Amino acid sequence: MTLTYREALNQALREEMRRDDKVFLIGEDVAYYQGAFKVSKGFLEEFGERRVVDTPITELGFTGLAIGAAMTGLHPVVEVMTFNFAILAMDQIVNNAAKIRYMSGGQISIPMVIRGPGSAAHQLGAQHSQSLEAWFCHVPGLKVVAPSTPRDAKGLLKSAIRDNNPVIFIEAQLLYPTHGDVENEEYVIPLGVAEVKRTGRDVTVIAYSKMVLVALQAADALAKEGIEVEVIDPRTLRPLDLTTLAASVKKTGKAVIVEEGWPFAGLGAQIAESLYTTVFDHLDAPITRVTGRDVPIPYARNLEDAAIPDVECIIAAVRTVLYKE
Amino acid sequence: MASRVIMPKLTDSMEEGVVVKWRKAEGDHVESGDALAEIETDKAVMDLEAFASGTLRKILVPEGTTVPSGALIGVIAEPDEDIQALLTKTPSASPKAAAAKRETVKPEASSPEKHAASSPRVRTLAREHGIDLTKIKGSGPGGRIVERDLEPLLPKKAATDRGAGQPSVTEVPLSQMRKAIARLTAQSKGPVPHFYVTIVIDMDAALKMVQESKKQATALTINHLIIGASARALSRHGAINAAFAGDTLRQFSRIDIGIAVALDDGLIVPVLRDCGAKTLAQIGEAEHAMLLRAKRRDLAPEEYTGATFLISNMGMFDVESFSAIILPPAAAALAIGAVREVPVIRKGAMEIGREMKLTLSCDHRVIDGVVAAGFLQSLKHGLEHPAEL
Repeated sequence: MTLTYREALNQALREEMRRDDKVFLIGEDVAYYQGAFKVSKGFLEEFGERRVVDTPITELGFTGLAIGAAMTGLHPVVEVMTFNFAILAMDQIVNNAAKIRYMSGGQISIPMVIRGPGSAAHQLGAQHSQSLEAWFCHVPGLKVVAPSTPRDAKGLLKSAIRDNNPVIFIEAQLLYPTHGDVENEEYVIPLGVAEVKRTGRDVTVIAYSKMVLVALQAADALAKEGIEVEVIDPRTLRPLDLTTLAASVKKTGKAVIVEEGWPFAGLGAQIAESLYTTVFDHLDAPITRVTGRDVPIPYARNLEDAAIPDVECIIAAVRTVLYKE
Repeated sequence: MASRVIMPKLTDSMEEGVVVKWRKAEGDHVESGDALAEIETDKAVMDLEAFASGTLRKILVPEGTTVPSGALIGVIAEPDEDIQALLTKTPSASPKAAAAKRETVKPEASSPEKHAASSPRVRTLAREHGIDLTKIKGSGPGGRIVERDLEPLLPKKAATDRGAGQPSVTEVPLSQMRKAIARLTAQSKGPVPHFYVTIVIDMDAALKMVQESKKQATALTINHLIIGASARALSRHGAINAAFAGDTLRQFSRIDIGIAVALDDGLIVPVLRDCGAKTLAQIGEAEHAMLLRAKRRDLAPEEYTGATFLISNMGMFDVESFSAIILPPAAAALAIGAVREVPVIRKGAMEIGREMKLTLSCDHRVIDGVVAAGFLQSLKHGLEHPAEL
């Protein structure tokens, strides 16, 4: 069936809440307003106030509350209105969620998901347009997922909820209305497994979240001139499926890594380092990164567009690694 | 005016030279053009001439020392001139004895300034396919050699079926044997400069001997005669039974002959040890036993490594001649073609003769053409006079 990304998330969460009554949803406007982006549409009606919990605007507080609930055996799904607001909860996420299992010698697990949209939508301003996945990926003890399609969103959210560890699940506001095929039957997609979204022999383009869609457009355009781009979506950013990425780069000899976030200490730098150490002898050109500009995201639409990677940026990077210019 | 005397770079391939003998001593007056010293390069011994007149004030490199081209080896100056500034940069002399001078000839790969940059992938491909990158012009930034520059020399990449991702080839996983063959042959054909010498053998006598041996307890085959004749020829031409070992030539006292044996999924090269000390009958027995065990895959690793000479026979497939790849540490491999009936002229009359072509692949770092030819002549004599074996 065809679903939107939003509907796919709704289904995943609903199926998991039906499957296990320890799973509950907590966050700002998740119950009566049905989620800032309507991901929890119909949830209050089906599951009631006990399992769909509206909170005040207190990210640090309700994240800590959810961690406590996880420690006692519940399985919270925390919705952050956007990941920009998760900055307020960083102490709970980094110092509690990611540490308690380690510091209790494995006695206490934190099975929880923190989910919500990351990255820019249109004209949300510098403080609400950020791609912060690198912050979370930096922390041992956290898993980080960033799906690009409705199918991946559903299958990965179900796996994230079933995981016994804290999972940061990063969606994208501009992906919510996108459509895609989703299996009718129940399925899960394991964490830590990348997917080849398009095969090609000439260049490997690695992209995640909404940059996958941009990369696929670039691949279409390049195919018209006979350049075959392989597009790979890691889907899970930590743990990273280096095996799949490396196999592709070993084949093509050229890699372009696309991310919306900032270049300095961005996730692409880590992926490039991992590839250099594994497939150095197969590289025909330096790995090239396509990133957001190293600036706060501007509010003016023309400047905002200029600060975020687009199809032309990816095409130019592909040409660079192919020595076409 | 002080003048530096340096080790010259007399040929493109000269990386270093040996100061064989100083013709002038410290304190001697020299005129520009005088022979200062004898220098041995990778090709010859030549005189090093003075480029300036004055006194040979300082000899920095003793006789018999190898130094890189460009290194300071002496100073010519006025008798009272201060030459301290010139001496502060000392040459990086390696105190090797003159006797070891042959060992100092290095393959060209070690001169970085002559090599354009190349991508890691290119270097991997060059290794795998035995491509000499010095002959390739790079089209990347700053002349970097990139994959597309090798494309004419590489097998075509299979095109990917757009979108569907179903290549039109079947990927067969490599067996351990196939991996080993791929690695060993590429390691050999790439760096080892092969050359080939072919000789024709009159096989009448050998075939007659094989035929007669069938009545005896140990039947001989052509292979046994070739192994035996090779062992005899190797003991006469020790330079062939040797290996290139970087800084030295390693000459083996024992003759260990590897025989290529085809298996269903590859090949293996069991080694017959100490063939020089074996009679033909002993060689026949040992080869027969080894062959059976090789086909059963019953060999221990030490039984199929370390051959000092290699023999590969494709005569049974009616191959007229072919060239084998040398597997180090051996420095030569002998490829055997089929025995064929050919018209031959003997004493002015045409007859039907039976001939076999042998092609010797040689590692030129170890073996020169004349040495190879001499070995082949001995081998030919042995096979044409098998009673002497």
